[in-house]
Amino acid sequence: MDLLYDTLFNGLAIGSVLVLAALGLAVVFGLMGVINMAHGELMMLGAYTTFVVQNIFKAVLPDALFPIYILVALPLAFAVSGLAGLLLEKTVIRRLYGRPLETLLATWGVSLILQQFVRSVSSAFAIGLVVAVVAGILVARFTPKAWWQQRWTPLLGTGSWIVTGLVGVAIASLLGEQRVFDQPWFSARNIDVTAPEWLRGSIDVGVVNMPAARLFIIALTVVALCLVNWFLQKSVWGMRIRAVTQNRTMSDCLGIPTQKVDALTFLIGSGLAGVAGVAVTLLGSVGPNLGGNYIVDCFMVVVLGGVGKLAGTVLAALGIGILSYVVGSGSLLLVWPAMPEGLNAVITFFATTSMAKVLVFALIVVFLQIRPAGLFPQKGRMVEA
Amino acid sequence: MTTTQSMNLLDLQGVTVSFDGFLALNDLNLSLAPGELRAVIGPNGAGKTTFLDVITGKVKPTRGDVVFRGRSIVGCSEHHISRLGIGRKFQTPRVYQNLTPRRNLELAVRGPHGPAALLFGSLSSIQRDRVQHLLSVVGLERQAQQPAGGLSHGQKQWLEIAMLVAQDPELLLVDEPVAGLTDEETARTADLLKQLAGDHTVLVIEHDMEFIRDLQAPVTVLHEGHVLCEGSMDQVQNDPRVIEVYLGTDTQEEVA
Amino acid sequence: MADLLASRNLRCWLPWALIVLGALVLPVVLPPFRLNLLGRFLSLGIVALGVDLIWGYTGMLSLGQGIFFALGGYALAMYLQLNELKPGELPEFFSLYGVKSLPAFWQPFGSPLFTLISIWVIPAVVAGLLGYLVFRNRIKGVYFSILTQAALLVFFNFFNGQQKLINGTNGLKTSTARIFGELIGSDGMQRNLFWLTVVLTVAAYLLCRWLTDGRFGDALIAIRDDEPRLRFTGYNPTAYKTVVFAVAGALAGISGALYTVQSGIVSPQYMAVPFSIEMVIWVAVGGRGTLIGAVLGAVLINYAKSLVSEALPETWLFIQGGLFLLVVLALPDGLVGWWRQGGPSRLIAMVGWPPRTATYPALDLDPQVAAEQEQLQNPRAGQQR
Repeated sequence: MDLLYDTLFNGLAIGSVLVLAALGLAVVFGLMGVINMAHGELMMLGAYTTFVVQNIFKAVLPDALFPIYILVALPLAFAVSGLAGLLLEKTVIRRLYGRPLETLLATWGVSLILQQFVRSVSSAFAIGLVVAVVAGILVARFTPKAWWQQRWTPLLGTGSWIVTGLVGVAIASLLGEQRVFDQPWFSARNIDVTAPEWLRGSIDVGVVNMPAARLFIIALTVVALCLVNWFLQKSVWGMRIRAVTQNRTMSDCLGIPTQKVDALTFLIGSGLAGVAGVAVTLLGSVGPNLGGNYIVDCFMVVVLGGVGKLAGTVLAALGIGILSYVVGSGSLLLVWPAMPEGLNAVITFFATTSMAKVLVFALIVVFLQIRPAGLFPQKGRMVEA
Repeated sequence: MTTTQSMNLLDLQGVTVSFDGFLALNDLNLSLAPGELRAVIGPNGAGKTTFLDVITGKVKPTRGDVVFRGRSIVGCSEHHISRLGIGRKFQTPRVYQNLTPRRNLELAVRGPHGPAALLFGSLSSIQRDRVQHLLSVVGLERQAQQPAGGLSHGQKQWLEIAMLVAQDPELLLVDEPVAGLTDEETARTADLLKQLAGDHTVLVIEHDMEFIRDLQAPVTVLHEGHVLCEGSMDQVQNDPRVIEVYLGTDTQEEVA
Repeated sequence: MADLLASRNLRCWLPWALIVLGALVLPVVLPPFRLNLLGRFLSLGIVALGVDLIWGYTGMLSLGQGIFFALGGYALAMYLQLNELKPGELPEFFSLYGVKSLPAFWQPFGSPLFTLISIWVIPAVVAGLLGYLVFRNRIKGVYFSILTQAALLVFFNFFNGQQKLINGTNGLKTSTARIFGELIGSDGMQRNLFWLTVVLTVAAYLLCRWLTDGRFGDALIAIRDDEPRLRFTGYNPTAYKTVVFAVAGALAGISGALYTVQSGIVSPQYMAVPFSIEMVIWVAVGGRGTLIGAVLGAVLINYAKSLVSEALPETWLFIQGGLFLLVVLALPDGLVGWWRQGGPSRLIAMVGWPPRTATYPALDLDPQVAAEQEQLQNPRAGQQR
């Protein structure tokens, strides 16, 4: 029996990370109908923020403060990922409104760039990038106004960005000659975050031995859920978000600033990804490919949970998380040794993390045959044929 | 068992549609005889579009039955119902934007609609003539080779009506055919629909009362998902209940 | 008139002449390594044609074409592993895992005829089945995309995890196999494969032409434009989508088989998530909805990729990500679409030369105006009306 509770508890912890990760994706998808393929990379940014915060606490601040670094990392990760998401919304997604498939491709492009950025960013790289962006913006500001109303203005715009980009690359490679600047910040290797002392032990509740880190993740998820729910249901902006989700045109007519709502939603959704990133660092080492490991699971949550209801997301995420863990860890066999022979063979066949995904996907496809619109479909006359 | 009951082309028997408890249609009964031209009116939210959705299979009735030519079509898929001989024109014109009007019509024209038929078969000369004829009827010969997305609103309306006619269904369901058309076009549409009736059964939903009067057809008034009354245009217009639902009553105003 | 006839004739046979010329000259001019690369990229053009069919024409964005691509590759590779084995012998890798007898599903791949058929039939059947299960529930748009991606991940996990069945993550090597007594990796064999690729690419192009030119193609475009409307016209979109998805699967299978023998190996990496998304971007860059664009895009991007990866491997992801963004934001119709819509002349106009159009362009296109102009030039024809 202990083993059963243990398994369920661990499954719950894994599922909680998935809830955190999928929550932001689902909120954004519900509002804008946009699938953000870079969502996993925003999680990765959160994880790397935790890593940086930890290193700063280790190196600069007194040891006594180290235990609370994770609490500092949480809002910071939210801010970093949220701002990255906001930038993404303002520069790319806004231009692709109403073209969900194109958005999907564009955000995938962004995710590639973010991955490679984390791998190769060094001081030289960062300085070059900043110089290029600042110069690019300044060119537009400090050139005659008349230049920007010509036939050839588009060429000038593109050209100036190309030139400043080249300047940036040149500076980066010049600085790269110096060893100090060439050192990559993170490189392609995985990074390890040391959990503070109080998250390393475990707590015995009754017969179940609960690792503190996992308990922390579950608590974090509950708090995040409550906050998001409160925000959506009770705050003014939450009400606006719900209004736009239901009828964008009408909201526009009623004077709701839909563009601001979009931006805000994206910021919150991306910020939640950052928080999920913090949680992931507590489960093991993380690398630039972190996003890829979670994104497909998050998508499955959205498909299974349907849009428009937080409960759907939570239920789907916990379901997928617990099922994959229980099947994948093979503990089902330990819990129930007297399983019939045929079933035993099937369970053994699927008892690895990757094979569990195969089973879960098959189950989802079967489920969609019965309930094509997910657990909590949107009902009523608004649903398109 | 006898044929007397199935004399009607279409029978809606006690149809109720509930969206999360909201009754879009409430115990609706309606019959159409073959060759009939019928107009359906009703204030906004009376359930007119849901009524078409139920007949064409887009929405499944919560209760009740839809009988077409003596057999129930509840639960059939949209394309199946369409092949049985029920055609529909939508409220806002829906044509295939990236195809030319000619190709729009060629897709709609009556004939086998399976993938194999489209791949290996070709249009018969009768079908081809039909398309050409319809193009000239709706005056789109000149635009026949341009993507339909570039047509004006009125032209799209006409193209969609032409597509419906090309389908040659027994029962035509026409949802607001004259919205956004000029007076002259409206008159021509009325003529066209009157011509079609007889060979076909036509059910028209409209808000334009002049147009309905032009049709000289029996009128059914829907209100809150229910048939309020039926009769000629004059009868209906003088019915106090109809006046009440369209204009409200004194008592209601007092309450408000 | 004679000029016109000549030019139309020219347009007819010139492309074919160029293809034949290229097929004959390139093997002589290019070094074997480059020829092999070209052959590989051309075979990728076939899978791109399939992507164009389902995405460019029918509007369904599949992120899982890698499944069918790899299935085709595996089918051929299994045959090659078995080919020219002595009776009772097993492919080498089986001994590593202690497998003593050939798994049952390998047996039929001893037959060349079965293999030739299964290369395209197995992917087509898998695609058709998967597609049918999804389409019949009217799952479309973004949901379809992420389900195909999940399916891809599932297949990847399966092939990656099953060492004892198909050598897992190592894949199956074909370059050391022999066919007709000759080594597949030899230069002569590779030249033959190049020609085979050219022939099959042309055949695949013609197949897609045939599919898209007639009323079947119109129905596909109608599905993209307004699927519910088509349903009310008596068409069953599920049937069309299933058929076209199966055709795209078959094309992917053929493409995968050709790619496998020219690159010397098939491995689960062919089912990696990024590779399948890349296929979409080839089509997007070339121009979706234009068949020639799909092939061009596949060859161009892959050529660029191999050049950049040789010189600056770190930058490829940046360039690729940037390309995603650029195509989606600035060139939605791809290179071929841009060319056909007069992109070059607009570009030239920006630098100074005004475009030749003397009147308001829409006026020239109006058929009524055209008819009146014709009437003015040819008054007698006008009188006859």
